[in-house]
Amino acid sequence: MENEFLVDSDKLSEAALKRKHEIENNKSVRIDHMKFLPNMDQLESDIQDKVLENLKDIDWDSYTDADVYRALAAKTPSIEDFKALLSPAAKKHIEKMAARAKIETAKHFGNTVYLFTPLYIANYCDNYCVYCGFNCYNDIKRKKMSFEEIRHEMEVISKSGIEEILILTGESPVYSDVKYIGEACKLARKYFKNVGLEIYPVNVNDYKYLHECGADYVTVFQETYNPDKYETLHLLGNKRIFPYRFQAQERAILGGMRGVAFSALLGLTNFREDALASALHLYFLARKYPHVEYSLSCPRLRPIVNNDKINPLDVHETELCQILCAYRIFLPYVGITVSSREEKHFRDGIAKICATKISAGVSTGIGDHEEKYEAYKEEEEMESKASDFDKKESIKALQQEAVSENEECGDEQFDISDRRSFDQMYDDMAGEGLQPVLNDYIYV
Amino acid sequence: MNKEDKLVLGGREFNSRFILGSGKYNLELIKAAVENAGAEIITLAVRRANTKDSENIMDYVPENVTLLPNTSGARDASEAVRIAHLSRELGGGDFVKVEIMKDSKYLLPDNNETIKATEILAKEGFVVLPYMYPDLYAARELENVGAAAVMPLASPIGSNRGLATKDFIQILIDEIDLPIIVDAGIGKPSEACAAMEMGASAIMCNTAIATAKDIPMMATAFKNAIEAGRSAYLAGLGRVLTRGSESMDPLTGFLRD
Repeated sequence: MENEFLVDSDKLSEAALKRKHEIENNKSVRIDHMKFLPNMDQLESDIQDKVLENLKDIDWDSYTDADVYRALAAKTPSIEDFKALLSPAAKKHIEKMAARAKIETAKHFGNTVYLFTPLYIANYCDNYCVYCGFNCYNDIKRKKMSFEEIRHEMEVISKSGIEEILILTGESPVYSDVKYIGEACKLARKYFKNVGLEIYPVNVNDYKYLHECGADYVTVFQETYNPDKYETLHLLGNKRIFPYRFQAQERAILGGMRGVAFSALLGLTNFREDALASALHLYFLARKYPHVEYSLSCPRLRPIVNNDKINPLDVHETELCQILCAYRIFLPYVGITVSSREEKHFRDGIAKICATKISAGVSTGIGDHEEKYEAYKEEEEMESKASDFDKKESIKALQQEAVSENEECGDEQFDISDRRSFDQMYDDMAGEGLQPVLNDYIYV
Repeated sequence: MNKEDKLVLGGREFNSRFILGSGKYNLELIKAAVENAGAEIITLAVRRANTKDSENIMDYVPENVTLLPNTSGARDASEAVRIAHLSRELGGGDFVKVEIMKDSKYLLPDNNETIKATEILAKEGFVVLPYMYPDLYAARELENVGAAAVMPLASPIGSNRGLATKDFIQILIDEIDLPIIVDAGIGKPSEACAAMEMGASAIMCNTAIATAKDIPMMATAFKNAIEAGRSAYLAGLGRVLTRGSESMDPLTGFLRD
């Protein structure tokens, strides 16, 4: 089964539509995705070769129960052990994997769970990535927040109690340039103790600048580590250049960032391969730059505006749980972030096994935290009273209201599945026996 | 043993993973190391060499054995570098084992000076094998400055006290992309075997064999132990069952699909 990603908009001119179809259907008009563009930093680094080398000729079905047992018993699991834990053979040992993962998590993180919130400040995008709601051909409401709007959103969010913010943009160096993002970081430092970035990959000097502006953690998703598949999904824009994106974390480290985060978007292609590659990307960088903090995310494909059929295919909750346990066992010291793409029951469960960081009070739209926060509050009040059926109906109505009320907002990147407010999340995590942490790093 | 499983140092391949140290030399020991333990590398303390014409150690070392001159007796990096130069001039080849000790009681290596000497000698084209205290940062530095392997000690040299630094050697094996050769302190074949099972690339020892009642027999015992440990490592150790039952309340009960 494959996702049907390509959707045409009736708002596009005939010429634009023609161009879009040509790009989609004719590989020869697309640029070489493995070649750096002239303005891009190119590092002398062997990490990409090392990762891709490890993806060659894997027979996932060759792993046996014995391999899984060996991996679970290994003091320091090898790459081969890690593959066994990602293999189909390990699926039925999920409970044992969870038990080992829980021990490792407790050893390195105690019972803490870190809470943060993402803030999308702009959704303009120059790329055409066929699965993404922000892609340049998707007919959505675009918005770039003014500094006053950003400040206001930050104020609203910080009042909720959140101390770490993750600033996100669509990938448009034109609409949201480095200077603009830098100013947003400076504002964020006034309201938050920690500032992370999830923006388009930039050069070392730009990372250095953004670090000076207050950001110190950089997240970049490679989406898929299979270069051939990557080519078919990222048709236009800087993001098309696979190795430039691959080297983003290393450039961020060279720019002075404290930590970097990685992930593939699970469901785009063979998820075992992409999970393996994400972890190895981190693993090899950690060997080269052992002073840096590292973390992994685990997003699965989600429906987007104008295409509600996109789904994570064969990455079910059990597979996702298996991947995360394997990450934890192979890389016991890294942070694992689980986003609001996942539902409440999953996030609650996984936080007790291996997740160390979860988002709360999330909106992936632009400039709508205030209404959403109000809506969340009403939702939660309603939840405590109403029956299940009533709840669903009225929550839907509330959400539609929140969106339609404000025509000024930009559309969301993807549908979220866990709308809990910060307060609710804090209480839920504490209720699960976990210790919510809002900040664990003070800038000095 | 698998024919392809070679120890590679400075681009040169070796079949044997036993290296004879240089502390307690005599003809019988060298003969046993080569014939019974299969040693292909023998260290030689350049500074300690007999300066008289008679009893030249070189007369005892077979031609097919690689000499690994060491800088034993060096107190700092510059002395180690001078000894290495001397060794190369004397036809000792490009291999050098850097040993720098400032403590004559325990003979523990000075990691700081060792890093300095390794950097200089690696730049000059030597295949540098530094003897060191198993410290992760020092090992990383040695890797960065061009060492061909890292040689952490198991316990004080000549002590036969075994794998006192086992956990720290394991960290080096896990984290450093160079052969890890356990050097000094190994007192029994079982300890050599344990180190090889952990993933060490080779074992260097001397005293354990030199002080045995039957030197050739002990040399054979070491050969077998090292090969057994290496095979076990390559075969992948099986699981260890631990006591205790699984949680009654499953951790993964929340999964829906």
